[in-house]
Amino acid sequence: MSIKVFKRQPLSLIFLLISSLIILFIILTLFNMIFQQIVLEPEGLLEAASDPAVIKSILLTLYASFLATLVAVALGTPLAYVLARHDFFGKSVVESIIDVPVIIPHSVAGIALYALFMRRSTIGGAFSNLGIIFEDSLWGIVVAMLFVNTPFYVNAAKEGFQSINPHLERVARTLGASQQKAFYRITLPLAIRHLFSGAVMAWARGISEFGAVIIIAFYPMVAPILIYYEFTTGGLAKSQPIAVLLILVCFAIFIILRTSTKYWERRK
Amino acid sequence: MITFEKVSHEWGDFSLKNVTFNINRGEYFVILGPTAAGKTLILETIAGFYIPREGNIFLNGRDTASIPPEKRNIGFVYQDYSLFPHMSVEENIAFGLKMRKLPKKDVESKVQSIMDSMHISYLKGRFPSTLSGGERQRVALARALVINPDILLLDEPLSALDSRTQESLREELRRIHKVQGTTTIHVTHNQDEALALADRIGVIMNGEIVQVDTPYKIFNKPVSEEIAVFVGVENIVRGRVVSSEEGVALVQVGSNHIRALSNIRAGEVNVFIRPENVVLSRDKLESSARNSVIGKITDIIQFGAILRIYMDNGLSALVTKQAIEELKLDVGEKVYASFKATGVHLIKR
Repeated sequence: MSIKVFKRQPLSLIFLLISSLIILFIILTLFNMIFQQIVLEPEGLLEAASDPAVIKSILLTLYASFLATLVAVALGTPLAYVLARHDFFGKSVVESIIDVPVIIPHSVAGIALYALFMRRSTIGGAFSNLGIIFEDSLWGIVVAMLFVNTPFYVNAAKEGFQSINPHLERVARTLGASQQKAFYRITLPLAIRHLFSGAVMAWARGISEFGAVIIIAFYPMVAPILIYYEFTTGGLAKSQPIAVLLILVCFAIFIILRTSTKYWERRK
Repeated sequence: MITFEKVSHEWGDFSLKNVTFNINRGEYFVILGPTAAGKTLILETIAGFYIPREGNIFLNGRDTASIPPEKRNIGFVYQDYSLFPHMSVEENIAFGLKMRKLPKKDVESKVQSIMDSMHISYLKGRFPSTLSGGERQRVALARALVINPDILLLDEPLSALDSRTQESLREELRRIHKVQGTTTIHVTHNQDEALALADRIGVIMNGEIVQVDTPYKIFNKPVSEEIAVFVGVENIVRGRVVSSEEGVALVQVGSNHIRALSNIRAGEVNVFIRPENVVLSRDKLESSARNSVIGKITDIIQFGAILRIYMDNGLSALVTKQAIEELKLDVGEKVYASFKATGVHLIKR
C-alpha cells in the first residue's frame, strides 16, 4: 500500500495505526516474557524443563484438557447439529445457556461445580459410590475444564454445520440415504474441519483454566495452578520459567495441529 | 401418479394454501409462478421433507405421510445443483447407486453410461468446485437420473445459467423426457421454459394453485387478470358484452366493438389479447372473423430481435423491424390493429 492510498482514504491510516497498537500490546506482553527467559535466563528455563514435577504438571494439564474436549465433542456435536439445522421453541434460551460459562466468573463456576460434585452432595455422592471422586482428582479437573470449554466447541461446531448447504443432505436423502447415512457421508465429512478446529480451541481453553479448577481440585496441580503457586512462594524467578515452558509447549502443539488441518484441506 | 389433495402448510414466510392437483404418469408438469410463490415448497413436500399440516399427498395411490424421503425413489435437482463438494463427479453420480447397495460393477457401468449419454465423461475425476454452471447442472441431472427415479423433481433447473447454456440444457431435458418418459415436475418462474417443456402447467401464486391447464390454455385463456398479467398477455382492457350469438360475443370496448369466441352472454368483462396475436396494417382488414381497431402509435420499444408497438387504444403488438419499414410505422401514425375472434379471451369481472 502506498502513501497515496492514505491520502485518498485517511480513515484507513487511522484505523491501521490503532489496530497495530492492540496487536503490539498482545505481542509485546508475550514476547517480553519469552525473550527475557530464553535469551537472558536460559538456565532457569532448562531447570524447569528438567524438573519432573513441572513436566508431570504440564502433561496432566494437556491430558485432562484432552479428556474434557473428548466429552465436549461427544456431547456437543449432536447439540451443535440440532442448533444449526432446526428452529424450535426456546432455541435462543438454549443458545444463551451455552454461552453462560463464558460470562460467569470462573471462580464462581468452580464454587458451583464443587457444590454439585463434592462427596457430600447428592450427585457427587452417587459418583463416589461408583468410585469416581471429583475433589482433588483428575475428574475434578476434567469437569471444571468441560464447563468452560463447552461453549467454544459447541459454537464452532454449530457454525461449521451452518456453513453446509442443507440441500446437500436433502439430495442425499432422495438418493436413498437414511438420515444417519446422510449425516455420516455428507454433513460430517464436510464439517469435520470446523469440528476439529473447535476441538482445538476447546482444548486450549481447558489448558488455560485456573479459576474453576483451583476450587474443585487444587491437587494434582495443573500447570496454571503450579505457576500461580510458584509465583506466590518464589516470585517471578520461580514461576516465569514454567509459564514460558507451558507457552512453548502449547505453541508447538498448535502449530502442528494447524499445519495438519491445512494439509488436510489441501488434499480435498 | 402424484395427487395433492387440499394440501396446506406454512413454513416461515412461505405457505401452501389448499393445493389440489393431479399429475399423470409420464407427464412433464411445470409449476409456473413468480418468485417466492411456494414452488420449491411443493417439490420438497413431494420429496418428503415436510409433512403437510393439512391434506394428503398420494404417490401411486399410496398416502405418503409415513414414507421417508429415501424410500420414495425420487430424483431431485436443486437450483444450486447441490453437488457433494467432497466427492468427484463420478462419486457424486454413484452415490445413489451405492446407497442402493448395487454391486460395484453395476455401479461403474451405470455411472459410465449416464455420463456418456449426458456428454460429461470428461468430467469424471473432477471436483464440483472446478465445474461451470452448465457442467454442474448436467452432473446434478445425471446423479438424479442414474437411480432411475419414478419422479424427477427440478427446482428452477435453468435459471442460474447463461442463456446459451439454458437453451442447450432445455433441449437436453426435452430429450431425456422423450427417451426415459420419467414423470417430471419442473418448477420455474420463466414462461419460455414452461412453454417449451410442459405437457401441462400449474400456475401458482401466493401458495395457491390458481390454474392447471395445457400451455396453450394458460397463455391464451388465463382464468384471472393476475394470471394474464403474469403470463404476458399485455393487452388487458375492460369491456361489456352487448350481444352473443352462436358462441361469439360482441364486446363494447370504449367506442369500438370487438368479437370474441366466448360463452359469456352479457355483463362486464376483462378482455385479454396477446400482443403476438395482433397484426398491424395501414388499411382496415375486412373479415367477419377478424376484429380491426384503429389506433395511434404512442411508443415503439425494441425487445431483443422484435419491436413492441403501443397504441392509444390500449393495445400493443409485436412486429419485426422489416414490418416497421414496410408499413412505415412511426410514433403518431394511425394504424389498424387486427386480431381474430379466437385470439380474444374474455373473463367475467
